[in-house]
Amino acid sequence: MRYLPLTEADRREMLAEIGVASVAELYRDVPEAARLPGPIAGLPAHMGELEVERMLSAMAAKNVTAGSAPFFLGGGAYRHHVPATVDSLIQRGEFLTAYTPYQPEIAQGTLQFLFEFQSQVALLTGMEVANASMYDGATACAEAVMMANRTTKRSRAVLAGNLHPHYRDTTATLARFNGFEIVTGAPTPGGKENLESRIDGATSCVVVQTPDVFGHVHDLTALAAACQAKGALLIAVVTEAVSLGLLTPPGAMGADIVVGEGQSLGIPLSYGGPYLGLFAAKEKYIRQMPGRLIGQTTDADGRRGWVLTLSTREQHIRREKATSNICTNSGLCALAFSMHLTLLGEAGFTTLARLNHAKAVRLAEKLGDLKGLRILNDGFFNEFTIDVGRRANKVVNKLAKRGILAGVPATRLFPDSDGLTDLLVVAATECTTDADMDALARGLGELL
Amino acid sequence: MTSATTISGHQGLQMDEPLIFELDSPGSSGVDLPPPPKVKSRLGAVAARNGVGLPGLSEPEVVRHYTRLSQKNYAIDSGFYPLGSCTMKHNPRLNEKMARLPGFADVHPLQPVSTVQGALELIDTLAGWLKTLTGMKAVALSPAAGAHGEMCGMMAIAAAHEHRGGPARKRVLVPESAHGTNPATAAALGMTVEAIPATEDGRIDLPAFKAKLGFDVAAVMLTNPNTCGLFEREVKALADAVHEAGAFLYCDGANFNAIIGRVRVADLGVDAMHINLHKTFSTPHGGGGPGSGPVVFSEALAPFIPLPAIIHDDDGYRLIETQDDDDGTALAFGRMKAFHGQMGVFVRALAYSLSHGADGLYQASADAVLSANYILAKLKDTFNAPFEGPCMHEALFDDKSLKGTGVSTLDIAKALIDEGFHPMTVYFPLVVHGAMLIEPTESESKRSIDQFIATMKGLAERAKTDAASFHAAPTLAPRRRLDETAAARKPILKWKK
Repeated sequence: MRYLPLTEADRREMLAEIGVASVAELYRDVPEAARLPGPIAGLPAHMGELEVERMLSAMAAKNVTAGSAPFFLGGGAYRHHVPATVDSLIQRGEFLTAYTPYQPEIAQGTLQFLFEFQSQVALLTGMEVANASMYDGATACAEAVMMANRTTKRSRAVLAGNLHPHYRDTTATLARFNGFEIVTGAPTPGGKENLESRIDGATSCVVVQTPDVFGHVHDLTALAAACQAKGALLIAVVTEAVSLGLLTPPGAMGADIVVGEGQSLGIPLSYGGPYLGLFAAKEKYIRQMPGRLIGQTTDADGRRGWVLTLSTREQHIRREKATSNICTNSGLCALAFSMHLTLLGEAGFTTLARLNHAKAVRLAEKLGDLKGLRILNDGFFNEFTIDVGRRANKVVNKLAKRGILAGVPATRLFPDSDGLTDLLVVAATECTTDADMDALARGLGELL
Repeated sequence: MTSATTISGHQGLQMDEPLIFELDSPGSSGVDLPPPPKVKSRLGAVAARNGVGLPGLSEPEVVRHYTRLSQKNYAIDSGFYPLGSCTMKHNPRLNEKMARLPGFADVHPLQPVSTVQGALELIDTLAGWLKTLTGMKAVALSPAAGAHGEMCGMMAIAAAHEHRGGPARKRVLVPESAHGTNPATAAALGMTVEAIPATEDGRIDLPAFKAKLGFDVAAVMLTNPNTCGLFEREVKALADAVHEAGAFLYCDGANFNAIIGRVRVADLGVDAMHINLHKTFSTPHGGGGPGSGPVVFSEALAPFIPLPAIIHDDDGYRLIETQDDDDGTALAFGRMKAFHGQMGVFVRALAYSLSHGADGLYQASADAVLSANYILAKLKDTFNAPFEGPCMHEALFDDKSLKGTGVSTLDIAKALIDEGFHPMTVYFPLVVHGAMLIEPTESESKRSIDQFIATMKGLAERAKTDAASFHAAPTLAPRRRLDETAAARKPILKWKK
């Protein structure tokens, strides 16, 4: 077996040094009835690279790839172009095959890129501090609510109806078992929700997404003031990180915590994971934050360096009193995100954001001309919602048969909500061409 | 001892590398984008922002920056990384290649199910492997890491108790040697945690557990093999007692690598166990993730899984995202995260499984256990082993032999850095004073292990006469010891102008 360096001679010699006759003797503490006499039944024997490649490639070939079709899906995961440099450099073994940086003297590479990542996320979100990542946007959202509960010593969270339903559900799962309450509104495809009226003296936080799951862009300033007046925290959710290159960041609008999904930069769609949870907050809440934090310090020779810090919040030190149970997070995804953002730089990132918006505006223009189709959004970034006047999931399935991946039917996101059957959420990015848009417009035109 | 000084600040292959913010050439970019078409902005109520404040670098500068950073990292690819409890085994590059097939990497999670049949087949195939390897009834694939899997397993247990009715069960018993994530997870779910001390031989105190069991106990969380590297011989008796009390046995599967392919946890009476694909199944840790923590469930817990689930029937593969009687998900408890799990990690884990096969896994776990016992045998006269062997996949030593030398476990770790090794896990488990937990995995050659053993013996010898050299270590790494106290006292968590 190609991955196992020990030879039969090595094994014999090692057994002799230990003073046992066989490996079986080393397993003598396992109840005899539970020890298998040989390789487990029902699984194949080992395979060479070629066989593995054949088998997995056959499975991969059964999927329709985003790049092979006019493609308009968003809904919390976006298809962006990732520079070749990113995927090449994250595969350097020194990044790829290192563990969490517990020994800082030989983990400065990881620690420095995570420090840079924290700095970038703080800039993007307009917040004072950011952590070294969470699993994904949805779990970051749920953890932010827990953090708000701890900070305010309250236990009722108000969730916007236009929060991504997976974020809502992930938070609701935690709420059910942790015992906090969530107040959530119905999805509002038109984008006008009155969240202020749901805040009261028991509210720990309001969770609101911008751009929201239907693509509406929100000014959070008034909501932030309303939260502050009632002693609740405002948690802003961003599922499309590229939007932060163009839109006023939540931090500038008064958010207390900003969480988001970082997949848009550097990370492939990969059927939903692994992605990257972004987590930023005002500095005064730092001791309630979940996750790893990297801090700057100096070494014994006075040279600048970085370490894991404020660990007294974390499970390996505080155990049941920790701010979160999180341990492994999304280190390599944070590297990909950070590297993509470094490559873009200020000029590239802001241009990319404008390019995305321009593509979506163009798509809206092309679709807006179609008879029987209505665009619901006044404002949007790179994603908006259309009413196709008939069941959107059927339209999507029909177009998929013609080789067009048309968007996300609202019923896929909200299977239990009424009145959404005809709605389709469509996104455009820098990858979307005019030909793609024309194909979608033509396809829709023929069906409607 | 101070480091050699140079004019440039570099030292041979070790390049002193500034932060990206200090390399800023305003206006530069490493990406050429077309100018955005002129359109009428439709942002609505929100104003466009006036800059972000990011630095600008060209592509060559970016490549150099990250290459230099990478050279400051120790990794499995560079050397022996015996970090106990972390299973730093070889990460095959075939896995990377497979995860990057466009059919897996370039697929959106909300595409019509008819267009992702291969993705669902892959997940279902991996699920089959995990169920067969553990003998368990069901598996939840969506948890994103080990601690997330623990949370999923404990949620399933809470849901099962809730469904059965009866008085609330809020107590959770854990051995004192448990990973910190166990009590943190239970506490996050509103449960109270009681730690039970171990016996003299480093294992669970069965009578103590039995005495604490009662009808208000939700679960016992057990790590097996435990964090002392020992197999819990009385696991079956514990499971029986736990079940008799109407509670469930949760197993922390972080140490699954010791028994994979040789012992099925279903045969030990376990009700739920998470599996760290980023440990046992060789998917890369990437400096702290991403991971993946699928949870296998016994018959009793199988209905109480999170969503989504995958069903394979005459219509092909279906993704079940809502509770449904017909799909057998009426008691499922909802989402753990967005979308369907860590697909990129699943591909790597399946590539690993197929490469090993049943025979390869049977050999791999044996090699991991053999190598740990070899280290235990060769070092037990030099360092003190607090517990009698055989051990499983990791060898545990305490700091007794260092007493009076002025050298601590931490000093040994830092001296190992200068010797070109990654230190073992230190000061964990907490039940052993100055713990050194060494996990070689099956990926090390005998030559590599022998070199480590010789180095450890040499360090032990030097500790008797030259404590000062230990206190100065490391001197040959990219940095010497870093001031963690100062970092925590006045946190600097981002770059400032």
